[in-house]
Amino acid sequence: MTATGPLLHMEGISKVFPGVRALEEASLAVGRGQVHAVMGQNGAGKSTLIKILTGAYRRDAGTVTLDGQPVDFHSPQQAQAGGVSTIYQEVNLVAFRSVAENIFLGREPRRLGLIDRRRMHAEARELLERLGVHVDVARPLGALNVALQQMVAIARAISFESKLVVMDEPTSSLDEAEVATLFDVIRQLKAAGVSVIFVSHRLDEVYGICDRVTIMRDGRTVDDRALADVSRLELVARMLGKELAEVRRSGATGFTDATHHAEQRLLEARGLRGAGRRLEHADVQIRAGEIVGLAGLLGSGRTELARAIFGADPVEAGELEVDGRPVRFGSPADAIKAGIGLAPEDRKSEGIVPEMSLRENLTLALLPAISRYGIVDRRRQQEVVDRFIERLDIKTTGPDQKIRELSGGNQQKVLLARWLCLDPRLLLLDEPTRGIDVGAKGEIQALINELADSGLGVLMISSELEELIEGSDRVVVLRDGRTVAELPHEAVSEDAIMEAMAEGPAGDGEEQGGDGQG
Amino acid sequence: MARAEGTAGVGQLRGARLWPGDLHDLGQTYGAAAALLLLILYNAVFTDRFLTTDSVYVNLTQVAPIVIVAMGMTLVIATGGIDLSVGSLMAIAGALAPLIFQQDLPFAVALAFVLPVLATGGFGLFNGVLVTRFGFQPIIATLVLFIAGRGIAQVVTNGELQPFRNPAFQYIGLGRVLGVPFQVLLMLAVFAVVAWAVRTTRFGRQVLAIGGNEAAARLAGVPVNRVKLAVYGISGLLAGIAGLIVIAINSSSDANQVGLNVELAAIAAVAVGGTPLTGGRATVVGTLIGALILQLLRFTLLSHGVPDAVALVVQAVIIVAAVFLQRQRQT
Repeated sequence: MTATGPLLHMEGISKVFPGVRALEEASLAVGRGQVHAVMGQNGAGKSTLIKILTGAYRRDAGTVTLDGQPVDFHSPQQAQAGGVSTIYQEVNLVAFRSVAENIFLGREPRRLGLIDRRRMHAEARELLERLGVHVDVARPLGALNVALQQMVAIARAISFESKLVVMDEPTSSLDEAEVATLFDVIRQLKAAGVSVIFVSHRLDEVYGICDRVTIMRDGRTVDDRALADVSRLELVARMLGKELAEVRRSGATGFTDATHHAEQRLLEARGLRGAGRRLEHADVQIRAGEIVGLAGLLGSGRTELARAIFGADPVEAGELEVDGRPVRFGSPADAIKAGIGLAPEDRKSEGIVPEMSLRENLTLALLPAISRYGIVDRRRQQEVVDRFIERLDIKTTGPDQKIRELSGGNQQKVLLARWLCLDPRLLLLDEPTRGIDVGAKGEIQALINELADSGLGVLMISSELEELIEGSDRVVVLRDGRTVAELPHEAVSEDAIMEAMAEGPAGDGEEQGGDGQG
Repeated sequence: MARAEGTAGVGQLRGARLWPGDLHDLGQTYGAAAALLLLILYNAVFTDRFLTTDSVYVNLTQVAPIVIVAMGMTLVIATGGIDLSVGSLMAIAGALAPLIFQQDLPFAVALAFVLPVLATGGFGLFNGVLVTRFGFQPIIATLVLFIAGRGIAQVVTNGELQPFRNPAFQYIGLGRVLGVPFQVLLMLAVFAVVAWAVRTTRFGRQVLAIGGNEAAARLAGVPVNRVKLAVYGISGLLAGIAGLIVIAINSSSDANQVGLNVELAAIAAVAVGGTPLTGGRATVVGTLIGALILQLLRFTLLSHGVPDAVALVVQAVIIVAAVFLQRQRQT
């Protein structure tokens, strides 16, 4: 056993999925008894890297060294036996069995071939008490709250004598008190010499508990720093790859002139709060004929805000006004009636109906308007479809082609057309150009621009700063579910957006429980 | 030209095996029809008196209740659900009808058609409520009435066989129009309406959209819960009609027997017909063909002296083969 050097060393890790290079020469080094954050935007490769470590994926190239020994785990079970345990976002234990049974699932202490319940309970209690958790170990796991269930998962991990515990967004379903408990446990682990890999999007939490951070972008490890030496702004800039920004000239997007003539107020949301902790207190205002950019890191509540406005998720608090009148949409259908459309970020899982044709996908929301007595008017349907294929220049073999066969850019055009054929007043676009090739991307950006010129209100969520800066009339910045800044057109710049993302005024420090500012 | 640019990636992927892929699609679409044709040809040659109207009608009258139930099942499955309760709902309709037409009421026979079917439609809606309001998985939600439904039918009839004779009511199972059994016409009518609805109505598209991607359908404003309620309600209605046909043929209602295992026969017909159990597609013609294949297969085996037990095994093999072909298609 080598007591020196890092506990975990992953070097030169590459992984290719069909059509995608997920990791390229990525590395990760975790010291003994350290809490190590892994951060990156969507598609940066952090979850692939973690899955390679825990045996869920196999690497194509590279080496993994644990405690000085080269390892190559074929499955999460093997990784667990080798000292690497993973705590997932969703607790994957058996809800109706007792806490103790869950901790010892599959390796219950036995006596004369029978489970030795007394010993099992005693050992379970001891493990949990080491974590500072006091709970009746005979209760079914499902009766505990999520945080305690996670503690049980961690106790199970420790009982395997884990040297390394991987926590993949462990706080996403926890409230603040529960997060505090989790952090206490992490400190206990640390004191006991166990290392922790902590994957989270919340800057406050990362700075609150972690020692070092590995920053990933586009499948590569771009930095590895002690958190004490890196400012929030620097961290965000590294995640977004801004030191490479010179390569891309401004004007690279399809947006032309960002200032539209914004007139009457279309929609106003004040203090919106969703069901979880993802959206806590968001404000946004959209006028007819303007593009409002919505910025924020992954997990800052951008998607949740759009879904809450659209009636796709329940709203727990706050006010929503359309044309100055208070509204509350119980379902997307209500929002659509009010002239609002939403193009979701994940086209595949929430946008397209893959097995249906371009024609049916394009007219899905229009069906009530083009049917009489429940019978679809084929001629009108065909007219609409032809018109939008031409207007948006959708590349297809014809309206009967299945939408899953189209390229990402053309799928997105169909989804935009799904709303445009309804003649909406407000579009909520969640990452409208993500995963779209450069040509189609410019076209879609130009289209959004044109739509705003013609009087449509647009809320555009984007992770690309160029897109926000060139495309938006104003930029609203969210952080940890709160609106932290609203930048007027003159004030929009990369620095200003990043600064707000990293350290905007609301929710800074420990004051998350309050109301924030209105 | 446009395609070459826009779908370059996909085009390349497909290009390599364009022909085999298309042939495979062809096999999927017409494979079941071809299998049915083969069965018919085989019987025409090797089974005595197969191509007589009597023999054709025997097969069609036997399959009619299953086809009627399977039409509703096709809609439910197209939304990504399943309905296990249909056999028990048939028993409920079968138990209620004699109670009504044996009363001394005006329009007793008409009511004996309408009320039981409305009742099973209502039970179907109950299934839908469990699925939509309470978020039960369809298999569990409909298991409730699969179990309880037959119990209800037994309570209604005191668990006894109820023999009866009522020519007016029994027209649904024994009547003929221009020599064609009424139930066969009814089956064709139900088939035509469902096939038409799937192809041309808003409801049909919404059913397919929900099965194809429920989250996307909801975001596009499709009234997901209402559509699901409707498909379970329709499934219940059709099960009720099938139940009436069965008791009319038998001149008796036996709560223990009416509709027994029909849910499985209907699911098998849907699966053999090429509708994927994952939802999003509905091959209504396929379901009809699937039901006919299973019926004819059993008929063929039995008429050649193969024991019923073996016939069941062969049916199972056919189902496995059909589902296997579908899985091939998906990958």
